[in-house]
Amino acid sequence: MPQYRQFQYKAYQPVMSPYWYFDRWPYLKFMLREMSSIFVGWFAVVILLQLNALVSGPTAYANFQHWMATPPVFIVNILSFVFICFHAITWFMLVPRVVARQVLQRPSPDVLSAAPNFGIWLVASVVVALFALRVI
Amino acid sequence: MADTIILEVARFSPERDSQIGYQTFEVPLRSDWMVLDALNYIKDNIDGSLTFRWSCRMGICGSCGMMVNGVPKLTCETLIAQFAPGPVRIEPLEHFPVVKDLVIDMDVFLEKLQKVRPWIVRKDDRLPAREFLQTPAQLEAFHQYSLCINCMLCYAACPVFGLDQDFVGPAALALAERYNLDSRDQGAPERTDVLSQHDGIWDCTVVGECSTVCPKGVDPSLAIQQYKLTATKEWFKTWLLPWGNK
Repeated sequence: MPQYRQFQYKAYQPVMSPYWYFDRWPYLKFMLREMSSIFVGWFAVVILLQLNALVSGPTAYANFQHWMATPPVFIVNILSFVFICFHAITWFMLVPRVVARQVLQRPSPDVLSAAPNFGIWLVASVVVALFALRVI
Repeated sequence: MADTIILEVARFSPERDSQIGYQTFEVPLRSDWMVLDALNYIKDNIDGSLTFRWSCRMGICGSCGMMVNGVPKLTCETLIAQFAPGPVRIEPLEHFPVVKDLVIDMDVFLEKLQKVRPWIVRKDDRLPAREFLQTPAQLEAFHQYSLCINCMLCYAACPVFGLDQDFVGPAALALAERYNLDSRDQGAPERTDVLSQHDGIWDCTVVGECSTVCPKGVDPSLAIQQYKLTATKEWFKTWLLPWGNK
């Protein structure tokens, strides 16, 4: 900026709204993605509580299962599941934005970077489902 | 298709106004008109005081970047018919001081650009006897970043820059990485002082909109994340290897 002030114009300095993330869907999606980490943390806590109940004996585990079936916890878990899916999908879709996409020294399409993550997620989910359903 | 379309154009006069206002103009709606054509129609036929930057009209000079319905666009390559029946809101690029109407003050960007030394830096100042040779693979490593036209759309799309004006920002970081990846360049250690600061790469939260809005297909987000990896590796080297900080 010039040091003189006499003929310097008076520019309009825009101020960003505290609610800027409502302006456009990509910004809101970004904020939801960041916020979804809270729900990832919640599921981590649930797993720790589950493990603690498991080592504390059958009664403790039955109490844990009963607590998980109560309406407030059930609703929080459903909400957490939705946000965790959103968390995973948005981060997987960001892989082409954060990893150099080179195949045989040529830039590769975005989908080639994102697809393996979705594939591994699908396979892992199927394996867990087969365990849960006692197929394997 | 209607014959006309309404444009809501941001107006600001530094002598008269303290806030941006909006003025409505009705312009012909033609299938081959870009938003810039509509603005030029206003300037030539309705209000000659409307102020905006433009030059090449073919997406090369990067002068005519504006917010079109809230999204940063080069107005010379944005068809106005896609917004029919309208209205279309035209505003100056976000996050920059406004000089007049649709003209922004780009000093803040130029200062950041200069700081990252976006040119080939050599340790030896002597001119080489012949040109530097590069393989196609070496060229490919930085080529996409060299397509940046400094249009600043990525800055207008970046909320981090909006919230923290000290952030070096997407285009300057992408151009720094462009020279870091260039096999002819030896200036990466000098750029580290600017890039590897909190206001440099570590301020980026991967919103990703800089890459989405880039009219030249440059991927500044990728450049920033690539440099985060480089900076992390360098940091670990200084701690793990006795000769790492040499």
